[in-house]
Amino acid sequence: MTAPFLQTVGLRAHYGDAQALFGIDFHIGEGETVAVIGANGAGKSTFLKSVTGLVRVAPETVLIDGRPSGGSVPGDIVRQGVALVPEGRRLFPSLSVEENLLMGGYARRPGPWSLQRLYGMFPILKEKRKVPATSLSGGQQQMVAIGRALMSNPRLLLCDEISLGLAPIVIKEIYDALPAIAAEGMSVVIVEQDVMVAQRVSQRLYCFQEGRVSLEGASDGFTREQISQAYFGI
Amino acid sequence: MSATVIRSTRASQATIGIGAALCVAAATLPFWGESSWMREFVEIACYLIFAMMWNLLAGYGGMVSVGQQAFFGLGGYVMLSLGNFLGFNPFLAIPLAALVSALAALPVSRLAFRLQGGYFSIGTWVIAEVFRLSIANVSAVGGGSGTSLTALRGISRATREHTTYWVALGCVVAAIALVYLFLRSKQGLALQAIRDSEVAAESQGVGVARMKLAVYVVAAFGCGMAGALYFVSNLRISPDAAFGVNWTAFAIFIVMIGGIGRIEGPLIGAVVFWALNKFFSDYGTWYQMGLGLLAIAMTLFFREGLGGFLQRRLGFEMLPTRRILKLDAQPATPVPAHTPAAPSQLMPKVSL
Amino acid sequence: MTETIIQGLLLGGLYCLFSLGLSLMFGVMRLTNIAQGDLIVVGGFAAISVAPLVGGHFVMAGVVLLPVAFAVGYALQRTVLNRTLGKDPLPSLVVTFGLSIVIQNALLEIYSADPRSLDAGELATGSLNLGGDIYVGTLPLLILVAALACTAGLQLLFSTTSLGRAFRAVSDDREAAELMGLNSAKVYSVATALAFVLIALAGLFQGLRTTVSPADGPLLLLFAFESVIIGGMGSFWGTFVGALVLGVSQQVGFKFDPGWGVWFGHLVFLAVLLVRPNGLFPKTKG
Repeated sequence: MTAPFLQTVGLRAHYGDAQALFGIDFHIGEGETVAVIGANGAGKSTFLKSVTGLVRVAPETVLIDGRPSGGSVPGDIVRQGVALVPEGRRLFPSLSVEENLLMGGYARRPGPWSLQRLYGMFPILKEKRKVPATSLSGGQQQMVAIGRALMSNPRLLLCDEISLGLAPIVIKEIYDALPAIAAEGMSVVIVEQDVMVAQRVSQRLYCFQEGRVSLEGASDGFTREQISQAYFGI
Repeated sequence: MSATVIRSTRASQATIGIGAALCVAAATLPFWGESSWMREFVEIACYLIFAMMWNLLAGYGGMVSVGQQAFFGLGGYVMLSLGNFLGFNPFLAIPLAALVSALAALPVSRLAFRLQGGYFSIGTWVIAEVFRLSIANVSAVGGGSGTSLTALRGISRATREHTTYWVALGCVVAAIALVYLFLRSKQGLALQAIRDSEVAAESQGVGVARMKLAVYVVAAFGCGMAGALYFVSNLRISPDAAFGVNWTAFAIFIVMIGGIGRIEGPLIGAVVFWALNKFFSDYGTWYQMGLGLLAIAMTLFFREGLGGFLQRRLGFEMLPTRRILKLDAQPATPVPAHTPAAPSQLMPKVSL
Repeated sequence: MTETIIQGLLLGGLYCLFSLGLSLMFGVMRLTNIAQGDLIVVGGFAAISVAPLVGGHFVMAGVVLLPVAFAVGYALQRTVLNRTLGKDPLPSLVVTFGLSIVIQNALLEIYSADPRSLDAGELATGSLNLGGDIYVGTLPLLILVAALACTAGLQLLFSTTSLGRAFRAVSDDREAAELMGLNSAKVYSVATALAFVLIALAGLFQGLRTTVSPADGPLLLLFAFESVIIGGMGSFWGTFVGALVLGVSQQVGFKFDPGWGVWFGHLVFLAVLLVRPNGLFPKTKG
């Protein structure tokens, strides 16, 4: 295995007054797609927030290219090539579709992604580029959110529950687009509540339970019982 | 595991005991003190009551009003009108004036509550200005230049000063009791739940809008009382004096010094304010600049105020308004006032 | 009546300049600057003090003053006001209120309580004939045009530039904007810097058109605030129209009784608040 692009070592994090993560060891290599599953409150979102600098953590617990990056401001993380598609999309309501995408390119990292390329991939976004982003349908908004993250030309794309609240057919569409997105060696972390989807699209998976890793390994190497044990702890 | 809800601690009982003893001692002041001391007390009492109401609004209700002088002035003018025109004893008119202020808060809230956050603040200020300018157009109370309280003429100066002093003492006790009991009531607990998390409180069935109205009305009552008291003592009223924004300025200062969102904050702040006033008020503009800078510094670097500092240092709350859930399995720990997560666990479920 | 309305519109131009800075700071970071009015007064006094040093002309005073205002605004936001931001509006309110008191007393100490004005030269007496026997002063007209230009400029800045996009993004969702690599502390500071330029300009014009004195600030704040609310918080054009409505209202009140101008303006403000709480031009979705 090549050296991991991103690694966390005994990552601990607090959310408000409560400790949410109790020593997470995680790694993802170049071009890998890794899923993180777990019940509500297992710490999945806090994990992504810790990695992206939204939750402050100790420097040496998050390594990007081997460099301690924990506790950096979100801007520094994105400039190192880690982009987040946040839970609930969090598009800017007073910005149009195109403006939302342009905001994603604020970090100005060089790379293959541009407005033209995104519009080629999601033609509907080109058609609706002038309208406020939040007036789109849920699936289209999710495309904007993913596109916005891609505009920073990340080496690692973190997707937080991108299927939440979407129709099954839309979810399928979005996940079907992932391989093409990741084709140029980009790594992807998928945080999912739907275990089947997570197993299908990823090579490896982590299961979180109450802030700890309860299961880790190749996505197709687990029985349903093993996963439900790791998921619910029963 | 069984549990008991503790509503008072030994420290709070001691505080109340000491407070009662102080009040009794203070009540004897007219028999041995100088009349200037009484005047000083009455004046600081008005500031204190006003500041307590501002603390209730901003520190507990999340409403940073810059316009409470509307009710202060209204209380003053209602007291004066009841005394001068309807023959009421001005001292007895004080609670009536407070009541009128509270009633006036109902329609005023309809306007003020349409604005949120910082714009609520300036909105209340505009409303206070409307009160000031409107009264300045009423010639019966002397218009812009104001008028005098004539209803107390014929009473000897000593009697007037002593009575005013006792009434002021009574008003302070009443105001403290009002705020204390309000905060300890079901409504008060709901209010503190709102402060800690509006969303969580709403989901527990606390009517946020109704609570805010309740706070606003109680605060108007207190401010009206302070205003009526002030002008009973002062004997002369004018729109500029009654509706001046400096009342709010001093209230903010007193509360920020003493500690916002804690019941003893304004008490401590008022003592500090009184002392600063005594020693530095001759410095005029420099003194005022100092007060402004001190309020800024407290807000930026020392949000808990002197009250919070003392509580941390001494390790007890003088007047706890929370209910502490004591689990018998482990010793009860005093609840620090600013633990955001604590109230939801410690408070019995509130239903209104 | 036409005369009254024209005078009101011209007055509204000045009020628009009072209010744009307030609107800008509130719009970008939900910061209510209670010291807005006092800062305008500072702008007026600063222009009066600077003018003699730069040849006496107010244009030169403005050229010197506006960049300074930009720097002061940036520094104040970066060092002080950014610390007060958050879900709770109290810290920013108390700090700007404290600032207001400090400014008023400092001005009193430096300039005394007397009102002063800035010499407008030949502009002060010039007037334009609008046909018939209606004349408007050149200076008030210039102020109205300046207000129009500033409003249009701000609106353009917000809707078409990347800075404007950043302003709207941090206003919508600060955390998400930071995820994109935006430094919100810096964006806020630029917003306040721009607001201070507008404030200085407003102060300069206030000094030219009437007078400034240390105690004027609160009233100017209230006018600025009323303009914003009457217009609706959605757009700068709303603020512009709100300011004109306020100016006309005050002139009409003044016509009834010289003591009623401000009062009448307040009443119109309260009436709008009662009938159309979101202002005349509420923010429209889309």
